[in-house]
Amino acid sequence: MRRLLLVVSATVFVVGCGSTVPLDDVPVEDKAGTALSAQGAGAGAGGSGRGVDNGGVTSVDIAKSPDQPAIPAQPRLVYFDYDSFVIKPEFQAVIEAHARFITADKTRKVFIEGHTDHSGGREYNLALGQKRAEAVRSAMGLLGVSDSQIEAVSFGKEKPAVQGLDEAAMARNRRAEISYR
Amino acid sequence: MAQFRVEVSGVGLTQLPIAVAAFRGEDRAPQKIAAIVQADLERSGQFRVVNSAGIALDELTKPDVAMWRQKNADSLVTGSVTRLADGRYDVRFRLWDVVRGQDLGGQSYAVTQADLRLAAHRIADFIYEKLTGDKGAFSTRIAYVTKAAQRYQLWVSDADGENAQSALASPEPIISPAWSPNGSQLAYVSFESRKPVVYTHDVASGKRRLIANFRGSNSAPAWSPDGRTLALTLSRDGGSQLYVIDAGGGEPRRLTQSSSIDTEPVYTPDGKTIYFVSDRGGAPQIYKVPSSGGNAERVTFTGGYNISPAISTDGRRLAYISRVNGAFKLHVMELASGVANAITDSSEDESPSFAPNGRLLIYASQVQGREALMTTTLDGKVKARLSSENGDIREPDWGPFQKQ
Repeated sequence: MRRLLLVVSATVFVVGCGSTVPLDDVPVEDKAGTALSAQGAGAGAGGSGRGVDNGGVTSVDIAKSPDQPAIPAQPRLVYFDYDSFVIKPEFQAVIEAHARFITADKTRKVFIEGHTDHSGGREYNLALGQKRAEAVRSAMGLLGVSDSQIEAVSFGKEKPAVQGLDEAAMARNRRAEISYR
Repeated sequence: MAQFRVEVSGVGLTQLPIAVAAFRGEDRAPQKIAAIVQADLERSGQFRVVNSAGIALDELTKPDVAMWRQKNADSLVTGSVTRLADGRYDVRFRLWDVVRGQDLGGQSYAVTQADLRLAAHRIADFIYEKLTGDKGAFSTRIAYVTKAAQRYQLWVSDADGENAQSALASPEPIISPAWSPNGSQLAYVSFESRKPVVYTHDVASGKRRLIANFRGSNSAPAWSPDGRTLALTLSRDGGSQLYVIDAGGGEPRRLTQSSSIDTEPVYTPDGKTIYFVSDRGGAPQIYKVPSSGGNAERVTFTGGYNISPAISTDGRRLAYISRVNGAFKLHVMELASGVANAITDSSEDESPSFAPNGRLLIYASQVQGREALMTTTLDGKVKARLSSENGDIREPDWGPFQKQ
C-alpha cells in the first residue's frame, strides 16, 4: 500500500478563529500617518490561536457617526442637471444666503458635500460629486467666503437622498449639501 | 455548505470530467469536504462534475476504475476525515487517473475545525494544478462590503464567499477595498468621519492606519506590487487627481496634472505602469501612465463610458466596466491586440477583480434586484453567484496567493 505524502504544517493551519473584538469608539480625527490600535486585539498570538496569524480577522466596530451641530434655517441643497456641474440660477439665492452667514463669523466652518445619482461606478461618481461640491465652493468663494472656512468633499452615490431608480429620484440625488460642522 | 449555483452557457467548452466521492467519515465532520472541493472545481469552469452520489471512498481504497470510466469520469478524488484525539481533524485525499488506472498523488492535513474548509480548498488547489497545469486559487481570500439597513461591513471570506469574518463595521459607507500584495492588509475608503478618507487595515490584528485624510476627498487606493506605495485619488489641490503615497503614510506626490477627473488607479504586475480612468477626452475612458510619471496614453476607444480597470496577474488582460446601450457590463480586453468583449448579460456590473491565477474574475452585479457577487471565467461561459446572508453585497477584491 502506498504511503500518503504528508504535507502537514501546523503553523500554516493554526489560523485565527476570527473572534470579534468590538470597540466602543474608534477615533477618526487623527492626522494622517497615525496608527490606530484596536484595543485588546493583536495581543492574543500564541496558544489560543487568535490574533496575528495569517488567516485571522479581528473585527473593528465603529459605533456611531459623529454628531452634527445645529445648522441655520435656510435651505441647504443645490440640485444639478444630469451629468452637469453648473449651478442653476434658482440656487444662487441659497448660495448667497449661506455665503453671508459664513462670512459673518470667521469661526464658522462649512462642508460642501457633493452627491450623484446611482448610475455608474462608485469611484467615478465620487469624482463627479467632487466636481459639484467644488462648483458650489467656487461660487461661495466669488461671494467672499474664505477658503479656510469651506471644504468641498464628495459622497458620490453612497448617500442617496431618496431611494428609487426613476428620473424623479435621480434628480433629487444629484445635489450638493451645505453642511455645518 | 456552499449555496452558489454554477451557470454554464455557450458551447464548445472543454471541461475535464471528474468525480469527487464522499470522504469517509465526513458525515460526522462539521464540513462536507467533498462538496466544497467539488464546488470549487465546478466554479473554475475547467471541470465537469460526474455524479458520485451515494459512493464514499477513502484514500486507501483502490477504486474500481472500470466503473468510473463507465460513468465517463477521467479523474476521481477519494479521501477521509478523522477526528484526532486532540480535537483536530485529519483530512486525507488521493487523486486517481481512472483512464490510466494511475494514482496521481495525495496529501494529508491535520487542522482545527475552523480550518476544515481551508483544507478542502487546498485539496481543490492540488487537483486543479495537477490536472490543468495552472496554480489553483481556491485557498485564497476575498474582501467585500455589505450594506444592511444603515450598517456597512467590510468582510474577509474564503474565495467561495463562505466563512466570512467581519473586519470592520461602520454606520457610514465603506468602498474600494484593496488587498496588499502579501495579503495581510486591506486599504479602503471609509466615510466614518463624514468625508472619504483612506485607511490601511491589518486584518489579523484590526490595527488601522489613516493614510490619507487631506483636504477634500481621498479615495481609490491601489497597492504597488512591492507593497511599499499606494496610488490614490486626492482632491486636495482641486479636482480629482492621481497621487502616490508611501504605504506608511506621509506626503503624497502628484502623478497626473489635468483639469479633468483622473481616478481609479491600478498598477500593472511589474509596477511600471498605472492604468486609470479619466474624462479628459470628454467622457470617462481608461488610460495608462508610467508609474514614475509622464504622458498618459488612451487604452479604450470603444464606447462612451469605460471605468474600473483591473489588470490580470500576467499583465496580458484588462477587465473593466463599459456602458453599452445604457447597461454597465463587464468587459475583458486582450491588451496585445486591443480586442475587447462583453462577458455578461447583466446591466449593473461593477468592480471587477482577477483571481491571483488570472483564470477567474469576481465582480459585483445585480441579481433579481439585489446586489450580488459573481465569479466568471474570462470567456464568460461559466458563472457562479456567491452566497450572501448579509443584505446587499458589493465591492469585491480578490486577495493574493496565501503563504503555504
